[in-house]
Amino acid sequence: MKRIYVNEKWCLGCHLCEYECAFANSGLTDMVRALKGKTIHPNIRVEDGDDIHFAVNCRHCKDAPCLKGCISGALSRGEDGVVRIDKDKCVGCYTCILLCPYGAVLPGPDGHAAQKCQLCTDNLCGYPNCVKHCPNNAIVYEER
Amino acid sequence: MNYVIIGNSAAGIAAAEAIRRADAAGKITVVSDEPYHTYGRPLISYYLLGATDRQRMLYRPADFYEKLGIGTRFGVRAERVDPAKKKVFLRGGKSLSYDKLLVATGSRPFVPPAEGLDGVQNKFTFMTLDDALALEKALTPASRVLIVGAGLIGLKCYEGIAERAGSVAIVDMADRVLSSVLDAEGAAVVQRRLESRGARFYLSDCVEKYEDGVARLRGGGEIGFDILVLAVGVRPNVELVKEAGGAVGRGIVTDAHRKTSLPDVYAAGDCCESTDALTGRQAVLAILPNACAQGECAGKNMAGVPAETADAFPLNAVGFFGLHVLTAGCRDGESYTERDGETYRKLFYADGRLRGFILVGCPERAGIYTSLIREKTKLSDVDFELLKKQPLLRAFSREARAGKLAQEV
Repeated sequence: MKRIYVNEKWCLGCHLCEYECAFANSGLTDMVRALKGKTIHPNIRVEDGDDIHFAVNCRHCKDAPCLKGCISGALSRGEDGVVRIDKDKCVGCYTCILLCPYGAVLPGPDGHAAQKCQLCTDNLCGYPNCVKHCPNNAIVYEER
Repeated sequence: MNYVIIGNSAAGIAAAEAIRRADAAGKITVVSDEPYHTYGRPLISYYLLGATDRQRMLYRPADFYEKLGIGTRFGVRAERVDPAKKKVFLRGGKSLSYDKLLVATGSRPFVPPAEGLDGVQNKFTFMTLDDALALEKALTPASRVLIVGAGLIGLKCYEGIAERAGSVAIVDMADRVLSSVLDAEGAAVVQRRLESRGARFYLSDCVEKYEDGVARLRGGGEIGFDILVLAVGVRPNVELVKEAGGAVGRGIVTDAHRKTSLPDVYAAGDCCESTDALTGRQAVLAILPNACAQGECAGKNMAGVPAETADAFPLNAVGFFGLHVLTAGCRDGESYTERDGETYRKLFYADGRLRGFILVGCPERAGIYTSLIREKTKLSDVDFELLKKQPLLRAFSREARAGKLAQEV
């Protein structure tokens, strides 16, 4: 299946992917209205070091630890291979956060449910918005 | 092939799914003494809290059994296994034949005897949906509740009922809350949060005697109550295997394939013992991720797909009124501590490897720590000084990171 991969040496550390992710998942079509003056809670996060930058989001692992730990059945894998979270079922125990080796399942802003990348299959984009807008091809969406 | 699974929670469901993936035609029957579609057992406290409901508690979608072609015998208890005849005998006289059997019977509350306990009318345990529904029925805004046990079950019960009861007192023999997963300092943070919501703790104490609506404590105090919740501990349900002559230690004994000592009988989940990867000791690691992994492994082997489970270690994620407590591994060796108000981070390490951690109020990316324990990563191979402050992938080498982020995992 196609997944998001990170080419670390090309990452500029611009954090645009974070804004594009937050916009894609805002449910709005106007970026200014979606983001201006708001604290964003993207599903992709950039780590910055002295001279390294790279983005991290869900790896959609073949044998995903988060799926095995979910106490509510909120996490599931679709027939397309995408690991998804049903925020309505999630009670926010954060077992998935305890289990994800990549730190890619995140506490939701309200504290009541976890959140994660669903490859923009759950929003209006239909194609990973972080990939689409990465200015240096540091994030790609492909089969490997 | 004819598969019978006794138990309808995490281990049993994971096994049923694994069997169906490997064997499209085999007959699968799930037996449970609970009359319900599979539900998330640990969600019962969230149900009382109002954070979920009966529909959203379903561990798998409503059409799960139908879609996977799984037969169900719910509300009927499996009473005996005859491994020679390959039969499971059910309460009421019926029986089920099997080619491969999975025992995933979980655990039950342990209720230590106490003087006067038999005479207590409104007493409950807190493991199942029926327990939660019964407790809910008895609760009134004026109820004075006494919870015996300040472990995960007792405290989650408290969170669930805190706003629905008049007062809640919690008694535990240990000198701190969550004594199985927290050290004294981490426990104190959690206790303060619970006390701020009105919980009254009686620690290093126990009920010596129950009298008419009063619990008399060993330490001399007394607590008036209308409702008693017993959350002292659990015991694995090993009897089906034990009485059939199978090996049982602290829990049902299995090999790495989850096979018991009985022919064609497998066991998985909280009813089993397993090897603690950190201590090397046999222990009942009654946690959901373990149950799920073991169930999946058993299911594969039952269906003829060779599989083994890796040794596990304790992992717990629990929250109280928004304060998240994530712990893993053991609490020995050297330690590093950071504290700031309600945030408490403690890492335990020995022989150059991470052995365990306690995170109170700082759950973010905790799984990066967990993976260091699981992979037995040498701390000399990562920037441990950086990791002490925060779990970051930046602390790994470029090559290690590429293995995580630049290839299929």
